[in-house]
Amino acid sequence: MGIAVKFFASMRDLMGDDRELDAPIIQQHNIKTVDDIWNYCAAGKERPVNVLVAVNMDYVDGTTSVKDGDEVAFFPPVTGG
Amino acid sequence: MSVVILPEAFNPWQLLEDYQQKMSELDGKYGATAVFVGTMRDFNEGDNISQMFLEHYPGMTEKHLEKICTQATADYGLLDSLVVHRVGKINPNDPIVLVAVWTAHRKQAFEACREIMEDLKSRAPFWKKEQLNTGKKRWVEKNTKGY
Repeated sequence: MGIAVKFFASMRDLMGDDRELDAPIIQQHNIKTVDDIWNYCAAGKERPVNVLVAVNMDYVDGTTSVKDGDEVAFFPPVTGG
Repeated sequence: MSVVILPEAFNPWQLLEDYQQKMSELDGKYGATAVFVGTMRDFNEGDNISQMFLEHYPGMTEKHLEKICTQATADYGLLDSLVVHRVGKINPNDPIVLVAVWTAHRKQAFEACREIMEDLKSRAPFWKKEQLNTGKKRWVEKNTKGY
């Protein structure tokens, strides 16, 4: 199943397309938290200070644990309304 | 309670009238209706804006807006609430957002409408990309504070 990683708005411009992290990648890179996912996907790119994170469509912080089947999203401050 | 994400232009006043007509079970129960409509300007941060694209996070946006309305219902005793938000290409003067609440008394209606709107502006996952009259495009970096 893996972990689906989504980027929105300016974060997609920075990080490129959405990713699907399969079990071997998760195991090989010892991915356990949201921060681990960022570090894997960013490949050295600096993380903007104001980036927001959601796991399964709820706001979380970077230390939140992730598991197989989760959907993780990174996005900039919201600007609707 | 109803949350609607719309990819096409809408008339908030017509939509409001249609919605209220379907609330007949609340006839005689509400004494206050508070409504907020947000409309696209043709200027921002000193530049003329010709068009805007509104992106959202399908699923999370609806989930978050429903959570806001549920919380407001508990906090202010809302009898009903309606949130409608545009996505996609938007032109100046197009309505972007409609928030309406129905309560027994005006205090709760004013406060709940404001709170839903402020939470939407600061937490609901939408993002605006503006196109300037010069053709340049840019993401709006943050919303102004409402309080």
